[in-house]
Amino acid sequence: MFLNNDVTAKTAMLERHIVQPADPEHPTILSTEDLHVYYGKKEAIAEGDLRFASNQITALIGPSGSGKSTFLRSLNRMNDRIATVTGKIMYRGIDINQPDIDVYEMRRRVGMVFQRPNPFAKSIYDNIAFALRLRGVTDKHELDEIVETSLKQAALWNQVKDELNKSALALSGGQAQRLCIARAIAVKPDILLLDEPASALDPVSTSQLEDTLLELKQQYSIIIVTHNMQQAGRISEYTAFFNQGRVLEYDTTSHIFTNPQVQITSDYVSGNFG
Amino acid sequence: MMNPKTQNKVAIGSLYGIAGLVVLILMALLGYILVSGVPQLSWHFLTAPAKAFLEGGGVGVQLYNSFYLLILAMLISFPIALGAAIYLYEYAKDNWVTTTIRTAIEILSSLPSVVVGLFGFLFFVVRLNLGFSILSGAFALTFFNLPLLTRSIEDSLRTIDTTQREGGLALGLSRWETITRVILPAAVPSILTGVILSAGRVFGEAAALIYTAGQSAPALDFTDWNPFNISSPLNPMRPAETLAVHIWKINSEGIMPDAKAISSGSSAVLVLAILLFNFAARYLGKRLYKRLTSA
Repeated sequence: MFLNNDVTAKTAMLERHIVQPADPEHPTILSTEDLHVYYGKKEAIAEGDLRFASNQITALIGPSGSGKSTFLRSLNRMNDRIATVTGKIMYRGIDINQPDIDVYEMRRRVGMVFQRPNPFAKSIYDNIAFALRLRGVTDKHELDEIVETSLKQAALWNQVKDELNKSALALSGGQAQRLCIARAIAVKPDILLLDEPASALDPVSTSQLEDTLLELKQQYSIIIVTHNMQQAGRISEYTAFFNQGRVLEYDTTSHIFTNPQVQITSDYVSGNFG
Repeated sequence: MMNPKTQNKVAIGSLYGIAGLVVLILMALLGYILVSGVPQLSWHFLTAPAKAFLEGGGVGVQLYNSFYLLILAMLISFPIALGAAIYLYEYAKDNWVTTTIRTAIEILSSLPSVVVGLFGFLFFVVRLNLGFSILSGAFALTFFNLPLLTRSIEDSLRTIDTTQREGGLALGLSRWETITRVILPAAVPSILTGVILSAGRVFGEAAALIYTAGQSAPALDFTDWNPFNISSPLNPMRPAETLAVHIWKINSEGIMPDAKAISSGSSAVLVLAILLFNFAARYLGKRLYKRLTSA
């Protein structure tokens, strides 16, 4: 019934390209310009022009197959070799989508946590320490300290402090996912990308994870893909709505949830589809 | 018309029957080899050199040769197989080149070992002028072993979940670091199983060695470890009959009076050695995995 309205709003959106509320306290840390992702010849993402605010949580929502994960994985070049990504990804004034960028160094600044917890077949301690050792941190005290801080930040320290040398594979799903977060923040990134990090977790672990993320945003800028509307509503400042490979709407989370400009967003956030 | 429950019972029953039959055949075979062979075993049998015409020869030299050849063959083929498997699974894209390589590996792995032996004879023994030697044998065994080992290591890499690779990359590790620090340690037990299986095949292989490592076992001087001396156990250029070749030779042309007993004894030694190797490798593998993963 709002069909006309919808089309107008959509057109306006497509013309404006970037929709991002200005907030001087949280300057843009990452932005994409004219981003397109192709799997072979097939275009998966068209024009994802977004700016992400520092030290805030931005949620990417949308139905399955809407391209939000593909978009997220493009941000730290995890789609290299899988898909072709064109356009710019600006991080602190550098286009990190250039071929001559040191992707390994870049991924240490833009960390990632995945949908399924993927602890390595190593001890809890080594899961966190081994990437640091590879980059020349060999001092035992320094390593101990980083392991402890990271585990504390991920709210896992109290549960595992006496069994750091045990295999990480024995951890429960929720604990394993926290370990993955600890591992990601141990290399001291600026930005943390999370791809549906709670989808394999039970409600209690999910709620703990959300608390942890709210803590972490003091130090990191967080972009999270989620299927869970309530989760987006609970933790994020900004929300981008993806549909069929396009960003249809991007605004403060409260605005998206209470006053969506596009009918399809309204349908989605109110649970009419998706 | 059977109902699903009876059908299920019948299926389970027949599967038990088949499995039981397989176990029975294996036990009978193993039992026969051990029962007829173990009584022949003695310290003398295990250490003494073989005799061509008289009674009372041992298999000491052959046993040593088998192990030496196995180790040499593994030293050559394992790194190549590991490299090939890593390339094929971790780096190569799926295109016609890799498809061709995989097909070639599959064809090579079904090559009869006697053909590998004849190839080894013509190429290593004659063409490269290595003569009947441990080295020729080791190269032939490498050809024999490489396809299966490559295949099994590639399968081992495949069992490690993609999320582990993504986890490594997301921490800023290069792909090489991810493979060597994350994937390979996790794949150790499975790679080891492949190595043990292929080692058993290599240890028991005769046809590929008859024409390459030769059928004679010159006496060795176990006090001389200079690899350039002809009687040194380490010399890779000497002809070296292995245990499996020895069994084949005794059974086809053995003229010593106790040929039957030596053949039985040698078979038992072969089986026991493989068993021993198996357990030792598994034990070491477990220790290694523990060290690498603290599991």
